[in-house]
Amino acid sequence: MSAVMPPFRAGRTVAVLALLAGAALLQGCAPIEPWVQPYERERLADPIMQLSRDTLAERHRDHVFTVREGARGATGVQGGGCGCN
Amino acid sequence: MVVIKSPHARSGGLPPEGARAADRQSRIRARHLIRAAGKALARVLGLGSGLFGGMAGTAQAVDLPPDHAEAMLHVYDGGGVRAAGPAVLIRKSLFNKVSLSATYYVDAVSNASIDVVTTASKYSETRQQLDLGIDYAVRDSLIHVSASSGKEPDYIAQTFGVDVSQEVFGGMTTVNLGFTEGHDAVGRKGEQGYFDHAEHWQYRLGATQILTPRWLASANVEALADEGYLGSPYRAARVFGTLVPENVPRTRSGRAIKFRALGDISDWFRGGSWGAGQRHSMHAEYRYYWDNWGIKAHTLEGGYSRYFGDKWLGDSWLRFNRQSAALFYSDNAPVETLYHTTNRQLGTFNSWSLGGRATYEYAKVPGRYDIKLSGSLEYVRFDYQDFTDSRTGKPYAFNGALLQLYLTANF
Amino acid sequence: MSTPFLDLSRRQLLSLGAASLAIGLPTLAQASIAPSSPAPDFTLKSLDGPNLRLQEQRGKVVLLNFWATWCGPCREEMPQLNKLYEKYRPSGFTLLGVNVDEDSRNAAGVASQLGVKFPVLLDSDKRVSKLYQLSTMPSTVMIDRDGRVRFLTRGYKSGTELEYDQQIRALLKE
Repeated sequence: MSAVMPPFRAGRTVAVLALLAGAALLQGCAPIEPWVQPYERERLADPIMQLSRDTLAERHRDHVFTVREGARGATGVQGGGCGCN
Repeated sequence: MVVIKSPHARSGGLPPEGARAADRQSRIRARHLIRAAGKALARVLGLGSGLFGGMAGTAQAVDLPPDHAEAMLHVYDGGGVRAAGPAVLIRKSLFNKVSLSATYYVDAVSNASIDVVTTASKYSETRQQLDLGIDYAVRDSLIHVSASSGKEPDYIAQTFGVDVSQEVFGGMTTVNLGFTEGHDAVGRKGEQGYFDHAEHWQYRLGATQILTPRWLASANVEALADEGYLGSPYRAARVFGTLVPENVPRTRSGRAIKFRALGDISDWFRGGSWGAGQRHSMHAEYRYYWDNWGIKAHTLEGGYSRYFGDKWLGDSWLRFNRQSAALFYSDNAPVETLYHTTNRQLGTFNSWSLGGRATYEYAKVPGRYDIKLSGSLEYVRFDYQDFTDSRTGKPYAFNGALLQLYLTANF
Repeated sequence: MSTPFLDLSRRQLLSLGAASLAIGLPTLAQASIAPSSPAPDFTLKSLDGPNLRLQEQRGKVVLLNFWATWCGPCREEMPQLNKLYEKYRPSGFTLLGVNVDEDSRNAAGVASQLGVKFPVLLDSDKRVSKLYQLSTMPSTVMIDRDGRVRFLTRGYKSGTELEYDQQIRALLKE
């Protein structure tokens, strides 16, 4: 397996471009300004726009469903366990 | 793109010096790429080298969660099970550096569910759970460490978790990573001590993104792993029409992925007669769960909320969950298999729920404190496809309701 | 013998790295609000009614503070700004609070609740916020007697008001 050439030459340019684009995209997050300025976040600051409003109520509700359903997880509630089978 | 032609840029690209030089060359290339990638990552995470110093010139620091207290009374009644109890939560920050939180949760359960009634007799027991947490803010990150201990007469569950959330991209994106580890001791009523144990691990990764001044979205993934005694010592499985103790695998591995969107839709109601001039919002979420027991579940939820004047806030939501059975689940197993369970939690079913909540702002002094009172009611319905109600011979279904009455205060 | 990575020589890869870094270089074109540059002029309606123009404050040291009722640290900062206003006002200092709430009634409510004495200007269309490239809430711009930006403070933590005090003193001495 000595000095096996990639079967396509054009692939090299494409790969280089992809790498450059990738690096630029990663770093390019900076020149792309956050498009929602802090002074535009009034609506988002309202309690009605909170993903998680009342901790205890959510924990209880999550518990009721987790104990009766086979599905669990990704709810944003960090759980404790129980033997509620 | 700038490409400088070098004397070696021929078809092979290899300098004639030989293998060792080629190795050195590829190592140098790798180093360059790793350095560039590392710089890029550091920039994105705002950990900033001195030159670039953070995103868009902001030295934004994240705030500790506000001081908070909650007191709740919760009631669940459905399918023969009644569970009720109080719960309290206190959160207080110290020296503006850390925020401590404690939660105490009591569940007094009176269980006359179909499993209990058909295979045993009604019982009551109380579960108590204490959670403690510490939150610490470091520049744009919030680190949360928690420990919780839950006790029932025949079960002890201890968990420990760490969650880190990091604001990036000018505060528009929040990335969170979390890990929880649980150790349970499993006992049986009427026996001394604990006959077995169970371990649980959860790894979480998520991101919340502000899309517009009105909308935000989030995506979360979680990997769950369990090991040990994962069944119930009281539950029987039905094999060949007879009841035998259930036998479930001693390991379980699952994944969950959830997408959520939440938006302020006040502008939709601006001209009309329904809540013009009030804030309205809606949310939608979808979770897909799958594990190596063969269970696949889709959960969909949507809701709408609006303010009524300055003091009242109303929420409404609808939830739908559909699950397909575990591989070794059977209502009445026709063959003898290593694992067998008739636990309807692992069967095929649909569950629906419809809920509403009203919140009243009892007191508010901006910047000082606010007190809110809430009451919520949620109706649930479970429809099992492959679990028979042995009392009637038909597929089992039940209705239930959740009631939550609580007070929340920020101070 | 290993295959060379993408058949690029060391020099080519170096230039590749440099190019990607160059692409990523932040456009620090927000340099227009930097210390020693003139503070952009604007005219805004104040809560009391009359319009207020920044240019008219020439000769005084101006603290321009951007705040909103829905921003916690902003509200925490207000009483401190009030104290500074009352302390240095006789010496040729003025404080302008630019509020960016959509509804100016909220601003009026919170301002009176916090006992704010300094002029509150209403920027609900965010025109002046954009002009000053407001990137954090709250933000404070310290302007000297010649109308030049001298200090920029982003965010608020308890203790920041001591920095303001020092800055105002220094600018008043000039």
